[in-house]
Amino acid sequence: MAASMLCQTVRQSRVHTCVAVFRRGLSSSPASPPSLLTRFLLKLHQHFYDVEHLIGWRAKHRSWFVRRKNVFYGYTQQNYGENIAAAYYILSLKGSFRFAGQSEWFRPNARGKFSYDFMNYPTSSIEEIDLSGTPINHVGLDNLVSQKGLRSLSVRGCPEVDDWFLSRLHVFGESLEELDLSHCPQITVGGLAALQNLRMLRHLDVSSLPRLQSPGLVHILLEEMLPRCHVKGAEYSQGLIQSDIPIQTESVQEPVTETR
Amino acid sequence: MAARQKLLSTVSACRALNIPSRRVCHGCINTHALRSFTTSKSARHDFFKDLESQIKVFREKAAAAMPGSDWNPIDLTPGLPPERADIVIVGGGVVGWSIAYWLKRKERMRDAVRVLVVEKDPTYSQASTVLSAGGIRQQFSLQENILLSMASADFMRNINEHLGVVNEDPVDLQFNHSGYLFLASEDVAHIMEENYETQRSVGAKVTLFSPSQLKERFPWISTDGVALASYGLENEGWFDPWTLLNAFRRKAMSMGVYQCIGEVTGFKYSMHSARTMDGDKVPIKRINRVNVRMPNSLEYQPVECALVVNAAGANSGKVAGMIGVGTGHNQSFADIPVPVEPRKRYIYVLHCPDGPGLDTPFLIDYSGVYFRREGLGGNYIAGMSPEEAEEPDTSNLEVDHDFFQEKVWPLLAHRVPAFESLKVSSAWAGYYDYNTFDQNGILGLHPLVSNMYFATGFSGHGLQQSPAVGRAIAELILDGGYQTIDLSALDFRRIYCQEPMLERNIV
Ligand SMILES: Cc1cc2nc3c(=O)[nH]c(=O)nc-3n(C[C@H](O)[C@H](O)[C@H](O)COP(=O)(O)OP(=O)(O)OC[C@H]3O[C@@H](n4cnc5c(N)ncnc54)[C@H](O)[C@@H]3O)c2cc1C
Repeated sequence: MAASMLCQTVRQSRVHTCVAVFRRGLSSSPASPPSLLTRFLLKLHQHFYDVEHLIGWRAKHRSWFVRRKNVFYGYTQQNYGENIAAAYYILSLKGSFRFAGQSEWFRPNARGKFSYDFMNYPTSSIEEIDLSGTPINHVGLDNLVSQKGLRSLSVRGCPEVDDWFLSRLHVFGESLEELDLSHCPQITVGGLAALQNLRMLRHLDVSSLPRLQSPGLVHILLEEMLPRCHVKGAEYSQGLIQSDIPIQTESVQEPVTETR
Repeated sequence: MAARQKLLSTVSACRALNIPSRRVCHGCINTHALRSFTTSKSARHDFFKDLESQIKVFREKAAAAMPGSDWNPIDLTPGLPPERADIVIVGGGVVGWSIAYWLKRKERMRDAVRVLVVEKDPTYSQASTVLSAGGIRQQFSLQENILLSMASADFMRNINEHLGVVNEDPVDLQFNHSGYLFLASEDVAHIMEENYETQRSVGAKVTLFSPSQLKERFPWISTDGVALASYGLENEGWFDPWTLLNAFRRKAMSMGVYQCIGEVTGFKYSMHSARTMDGDKVPIKRINRVNVRMPNSLEYQPVECALVVNAAGANSGKVAGMIGVGTGHNQSFADIPVPVEPRKRYIYVLHCPDGPGLDTPFLIDYSGVYFRREGLGGNYIAGMSPEEAEEPDTSNLEVDHDFFQEKVWPLLAHRVPAFESLKVSSAWAGYYDYNTFDQNGILGLHPLVSNMYFATGFSGHGLQQSPAVGRAIAELILDGGYQTIDLSALDFRRIYCQEPMLERNIV
């Protein structure tokens, strides 16, 4: 490996220096400094094609893992029906669920193994789903959209749940009553606005969303948008003073209050 | 330099007071000498305080007057463009950079195609991209437009797989999933219904509301005059255009696209003539070189190239004119110009603390007025296209505030009574890349210039279509035809055959 690296021509293309300069001008948030190893790799990355491939491959592998976990179970759906496919998808993500009209939950054991008892209920639809901490994303939601009777969904602490995921939840608009989004690292207010389509929602948990800039204000706005829903989230006072960046404008006129 | 003079006069004042002037030198004070001053303590204090502020002003002025201090947040390598490129893209707006990205993305080998993007204004002060409202919707009537927007939404959903760069912050478009809400009056409700059918048939998630359902969903709307409303459930909303533009550029440059700051001022071409079916002779041109003029100089650099992509937005008609398209002398084929011209559109930023909340969609009323939320602090942006006969002058980007007072505000307040009282906190204007023929994108090769591709004329929906348009043009160039979405209906043929592809608008 090292030998082949040495054989590589060191890159000297202008383009790469451009990129480096460009980065300095644009990066805004100083992220936590990467580890020594990562920094070393990145240094190599700038000079050797091999390392670039390796790093690119690592990133690809990571997204491939998420994608594989969220594939659409079309084959299962065709052969065993939508409910079984949804149930199988949930269990393989290490989530748990409850069929409508039953009281016990199906969940995998600590090692991710589960029994196939759920196969006995091909006609029962799923009423409650707990997917907290799983790698579900907006693609995986395809496996669940058939569950028109879904009343409760928890995606607490799911790293791949983002605003695009929330924007697809409208498919449960007629049934979903309880939604737990707490501790999801990717959710922003842009996605929460899409929850307006969940007209039956009664309980919503939006606590500890790290990317919300003014959680208190968002809490108030959510309550206003979903008047029949109990919203659990930040204290109202938290981050009420907001730092809305003013829009860049060509000509800024003096603000004048006017009433017609 | 006034500050400097003032400083000198202070020094001469010192002389008058019999203070040895060598003790006061420009910018530095001899502290040792200070002790021998005889003036009272407070006076001395004032004097130096004043001096210090004078020096500060002087320093600022000097810095501003220095050559090359025109500070630029984006550090670009200065210099001339390469002498040769395979593909030259004219215009570094979102469309241009998207094409550049897709060309690199689709090339089979590293550095198989040498792509150069020529942009005349690195600050993008007049580019439509950064002056747009940033909206994306699937509520169109033409299947091509719906598909383009859906493909672009799909791109944005996976934007970090496309535009993420190793060791850089992930791209955050700040996408607001708030949907578009179109309102139709009695006269146009049937068109809305037909459009809805088309949209559903290609897979867009749209729903219809009756006036009473509308009132229930959005209590702040006055449903007066509304017969039907359609609302997008998925993939609709708005995002930050700057972020998308920068992300495309960052990624494309990391993949080896060359950027050059300069203006395309002309082309060198060769010509041969062909005959139309009627036997008319038409000249067919082929571009060999693109002339690029460097900023602030008269220096030209010809760039030898195989293909040119015209993505100059509102200016693309002018760029096409440089090669003589539309300036033929007789009434013939060659006379038809590229029907794209700049049209000025205003956007007003409104502040209304009692206005609609987080559920505010991008609302488009049948009267033509539109608005959306901006941030969370009770701010909105609104606008409207003027009547054809009242198109404003396009020589500058000044905002007409009377237009808001007379045309926009009454309609806004009629639709949302809370807007009766609001203040306009600012406003801006931008140029639509307006296609005067049928207000839709023009994609593909020009029939009379055998190596110039066009991607222009989007008239108000180019931003949202840019990711898919980039892919489409890259397919045309590298694969020889559309692979994913068939957009052949948007090529030049319709202009020459006089068959407009009009959107069936409800506005
Ligand atoms: C007020 C307003 C609101 C809008 N709202 C929306 C919206 O909500 N949604 C949406 O999708 N679209 C919207 N649009 C439309 C959208 O902004 C445009 O369709 C889109 O940005 C076009 O992109 P472009 O890259 O083709 O053009 P531009 O962004 O204008 O880029 C063209 C670039 O080419 C450069 N150029 C021109 N001539 C030359 C030359 N000779 N040499 C070198 N460089 C040159 C220019 O400097 C410019 O940077 C809006 C537009 C306006 C004005």
